[in-house]
Amino acid sequence: MFGLEKKDATLLLLVAALTIFAPFLLNPFPEGSAMAQFNAGYPDLMQRFVIFGIFAIGFNILFGLTGYLSFGHAAFLGVGSYAAVWMFKLLSMNVLPAILLAVVMSGLFALLIGYISLRRSGIYFSILTLAFAQMMFALAYSVLTPITGGETGLQLALSDPRILDGGTADGNLPVPGLFGLEMRDSAQLELGAWVFTFNIGYYFCAIVMLLAFYLAIRIFRSPFGMMLRAIKSNQQRLNYTGLNPKPYTLAAFVISGMYAGLAGALMASMDPLAGAERMFWTASGEVVLMTILGGVGTLIGPVLGAGAIKYMENIISKINSDILHGWFAFLPDGLEDFIVAVIYPFIGKGWHLTLGLIFMAVVIFLPGGLVEGGQRIARAFRRKKPDTPKSAKTEPAE
Amino acid sequence: MDALILQILNGLDKGSAYALIALGLTLIFGTLGVVNFAHGALFMIGAFCAVTLNRLFNLSHEVEVPGETDFLGNPLMRDVPYLYDIVGESAGAAIIDWSVPLAILFAIPIMIIVGVIMERGLIKHFYKRPHADQILVTFGLAIVLQEIIKYYYGANPIPTPAPDAFRGSFDFGAMIGFDPNTIIYPYWRLVYFCFSVVIIGAVFAFLQFTTFGMVVRAGMADRETVGLLGIDIDKRFTIMFGLAAAVAGLAGVMYTPINSPNYHMGMDFLVLSFVVVVVGGMGSLPGAVLAGFLLGILESFASMREVINFVPGINQVIIYLVAIIILLTRPRGLMGRKGVMED
Amino acid sequence: MSKTNLTRRGVLRTGAVAGAGLALPTYLSAASHSGFTNAPGDSTVTLGFNVPQTGPYADEGADELRAYELAVEHLNGGGDGGMLPTFSSKALDGTGILGRKVEYVTGDTQTKSDAARASAKSMIEKDGAIMITGGSSSGVAVAVQALCQEAGVIFMAGLTHSNDTTGKDKRANGFRHFFNSYMSGAALAPILADNYGNDRKAYHLTADYNWGYTTEEAVRNSTEALGWETVAAVKTPLTQTDFSSYIAPVLQSGADVLVLNHYGGNMVNSLTNAVQFGLRDKQVNGKNFEIIVPLYSRLMAKGAGANVKGIFGSTNWHWSLQDEGSKAFVKSFGTKYGFPPSQAAHTCYVQTLLYADAVTRAGSFNPCAVVEALEGFEFDGLGNGPTLYRAEDHQCFKDVLVVKGKENPTSEFDLLEIVEVTPRDQVTYDPSIFGGELGTCNPGA
Repeated sequence: MFGLEKKDATLLLLVAALTIFAPFLLNPFPEGSAMAQFNAGYPDLMQRFVIFGIFAIGFNILFGLTGYLSFGHAAFLGVGSYAAVWMFKLLSMNVLPAILLAVVMSGLFALLIGYISLRRSGIYFSILTLAFAQMMFALAYSVLTPITGGETGLQLALSDPRILDGGTADGNLPVPGLFGLEMRDSAQLELGAWVFTFNIGYYFCAIVMLLAFYLAIRIFRSPFGMMLRAIKSNQQRLNYTGLNPKPYTLAAFVISGMYAGLAGALMASMDPLAGAERMFWTASGEVVLMTILGGVGTLIGPVLGAGAIKYMENIISKINSDILHGWFAFLPDGLEDFIVAVIYPFIGKGWHLTLGLIFMAVVIFLPGGLVEGGQRIARAFRRKKPDTPKSAKTEPAE
Repeated sequence: MDALILQILNGLDKGSAYALIALGLTLIFGTLGVVNFAHGALFMIGAFCAVTLNRLFNLSHEVEVPGETDFLGNPLMRDVPYLYDIVGESAGAAIIDWSVPLAILFAIPIMIIVGVIMERGLIKHFYKRPHADQILVTFGLAIVLQEIIKYYYGANPIPTPAPDAFRGSFDFGAMIGFDPNTIIYPYWRLVYFCFSVVIIGAVFAFLQFTTFGMVVRAGMADRETVGLLGIDIDKRFTIMFGLAAAVAGLAGVMYTPINSPNYHMGMDFLVLSFVVVVVGGMGSLPGAVLAGFLLGILESFASMREVINFVPGINQVIIYLVAIIILLTRPRGLMGRKGVMED
Repeated sequence: MSKTNLTRRGVLRTGAVAGAGLALPTYLSAASHSGFTNAPGDSTVTLGFNVPQTGPYADEGADELRAYELAVEHLNGGGDGGMLPTFSSKALDGTGILGRKVEYVTGDTQTKSDAARASAKSMIEKDGAIMITGGSSSGVAVAVQALCQEAGVIFMAGLTHSNDTTGKDKRANGFRHFFNSYMSGAALAPILADNYGNDRKAYHLTADYNWGYTTEEAVRNSTEALGWETVAAVKTPLTQTDFSSYIAPVLQSGADVLVLNHYGGNMVNSLTNAVQFGLRDKQVNGKNFEIIVPLYSRLMAKGAGANVKGIFGSTNWHWSLQDEGSKAFVKSFGTKYGFPPSQAAHTCYVQTLLYADAVTRAGSFNPCAVVEALEGFEFDGLGNGPTLYRAEDHQCFKDVLVVKGKENPTSEFDLLEIVEVTPRDQVTYDPSIFGGELGTCNPGA
């Protein structure tokens, strides 16, 4: 199906099903219940899940296949966002031209930076990409303020020309859309105590992500993908066979830069603002963490990793001591205070601590990331059925 | 001319901090082959050793000040350190005043313990794992360490002044024949620079002239062979990790009067110190020190008004620009060896 | 391309239904029911407190959060009522807002505009917050304000000092109680001239981002108008931690005043470094060398420790003010938390009260009604004397405090002393000077 092997097609369909039904899956708890705190099925977070999924899928094409660890990938995300917002300002609020320009611009930047950085390998390559990204961040935040908006970020203004849309009619800023469909519009479905939100922007991003995911599968399975893996496993041998690995690596770098630009454009389309912090080294580090947390070199891993980190950032950070007291109110006072005191350092303003602990735990116990965790669980289940002949064999999750 | 001398001086003390952190990083990388992203956190913990000692000295009981009230109209309470009761007010005040230098003694054992625990408890299990895993786990550890510090000390910087004797600055320009006020230099920064030179010298001497150092150097060159000779290289590497932690910690202790320490100071230094290490050449101790001072001085030059006016924003990017140029012209940094961290 | 002549909402609704809900027609309700976003139910109303909980401004954020919790308590009739009794408008009676109990959700801005918007969005989309407030930097304030405008909720800015927030980036749904760079300059300049004379040469170190630019401009303009000369202005990177190489050349330039247009960690470090270099012990042009910090905050003063002694700056509010409102607020905050509130806490508390009051006077939570109630609102008793929420740019105009680092602090909170209360008229400016367009209020869906 779609020119894919059965296993890949199943994976693609699974991901498609997960994204389509995400508004249900992410909102398992009824509205108003104490557990509703953990619901993630609201448009902004769902959008972030898939957008950072795209970012991580693209990063994985470079890192997972070639082994080149770029520590400056967020720069391309930033470039994409800036390009997209400029399109909104100058041309039209339609997201398609914005996405197009963003992908082209980030591709060009990736070509330039990749061409230079790929002259070195290993940590030297990482530091080169980091250096480029940090320079771009520093300049965007300060001297390039007229182009980037600096600290406050690049925003739409009422006075923008928007040539195709013919300026702004009323006193409110227009919203990015796709031929009349506004990205921020949502419909809600109330089923008993549950409320599910279906957001146009989310579904738009989800479709883009599925396309990106499909493309990634094709790349992974193509001769080009084989070549990239060869680069990772033994570059020297590749040289001896008379093949020059550089164009392949550069192609992978540019493709993954374009994925980042696409993610940046989608971020800007969901929320038309581009800030320089998007390019800071911690943002680049974040996508590395997402990929490793999910499982390097696997197809689904980076998406899972992206989801996990964004979930922590947006859900755990919002739990405050009041909410905690609410949860444990049924306990006797002393015990309640004790439990709250124990948990409190890890939630709300302490969410970084939880994040750090989870990274450590995953790297220590699950070197293959969440995907390996899933495999282990699956294996544990399979072992219970001794008649399955394949039980001992581990399948790579790719 | 005087402006250049001034910026070289400033670069030297900026470079001292870079060099000390990079030296520790390189020690760990060179001996253990581990990329330690938690090294910045060790620097930060060192700084908080100074804060903690200062707080310990300042442990107080309250004494009512007659006739005055606080902002709620209650009687005003003044804190009197227990130290004053124990050794008398003037001696107590002197001890508190000297808390930063005294913290060196306090920090060395703590940092060595922290380092050894880190190595035995965590890093040890990562010798055979890919560098990416090492980076991730130590990065996770760095976050955890800094969040713990933040939990107890808050996010705000905590002023930790130098002893009174070292406050203020001297007119270096006047001493060497320039106009007064052209080259001024704070006493404490001179102390910091000298201190770092001593530490760097001590580390090199230790590696060069002791049997222990010789074994470690041999281990850096070829771990397997040294192991085959029946030498317990692991134990020595643990000690080296403790030593590297102590170097970072001392750099942190002495840095506190220069800038009030806060919980994210380690992260602020982390990326820069990695750039320093890589520019110097992975695994090369002299390279790390050289690159530290070089980048410190270049950063100072780039922040001169004349330079910024000529190339706007150069002060923002100079370090990275230099790193890129060096890595493109000298593939393994200034003094790196071939084949280190290139895969 | 995407513009049609049909009414915009109509197209949307059709689009929304067609795009997302074809399969589920029965229970589907398009997002609008009440004419505005997140209309509260009959029993409770949710406010969103979006403050930095991680990152360098976390302590400031924590203080803001304390103030918000206090404000909610007072609005719901708990505690001693704080500034409710001293507030000139008597619409609030301690029964919540329009009879609804006030509830709140919190979020972490991380002092990054992206994260702040994500957090604000989750409050609006998930928790149904009707108003967002908080923040500790102008970048975040401007970003979240724009978001609230688009989403159709009210934004009550927390600590944000850049001219842009109610200048070039102002929005109809956004309101700022805090003062700005322009006011700092206007309030400081005469005091500086009184203390240091009209013949001074100033050297500016400016944080290289929007807030730094507006502050430098404001202080430069107002001091130059009084006869000062600006020798040089050097931009410093935001991520700079050691300012030695920027401070060392100051004396050489012949300047006799150093203006540090820095905030937060930058300010703590640059001031510490400047004192380290002994600048304050120097004599230049026959005058004592002086340092000025245009925007002071208590947490910054705490971070810089003894270095702030005798250094002038401006602040929005200080707990040692002796008017009834301030006294009541300090008392109730101090009783609850054991130490006096910061200016960030004050502005956040006041913003919450002002919002609640505006809703009550308007009789509706509809953002457009709230905007109408706040525009041109004159009030008193909230700590800054008579104050006006100007309709043209949604900026509060009130007295500005010029403060000085205290020589002999009695506690770790008693670091600043008030030198002068600059009257409101002196800091009022023409709303058109910063450009920008307010637009029209947006009630959302």
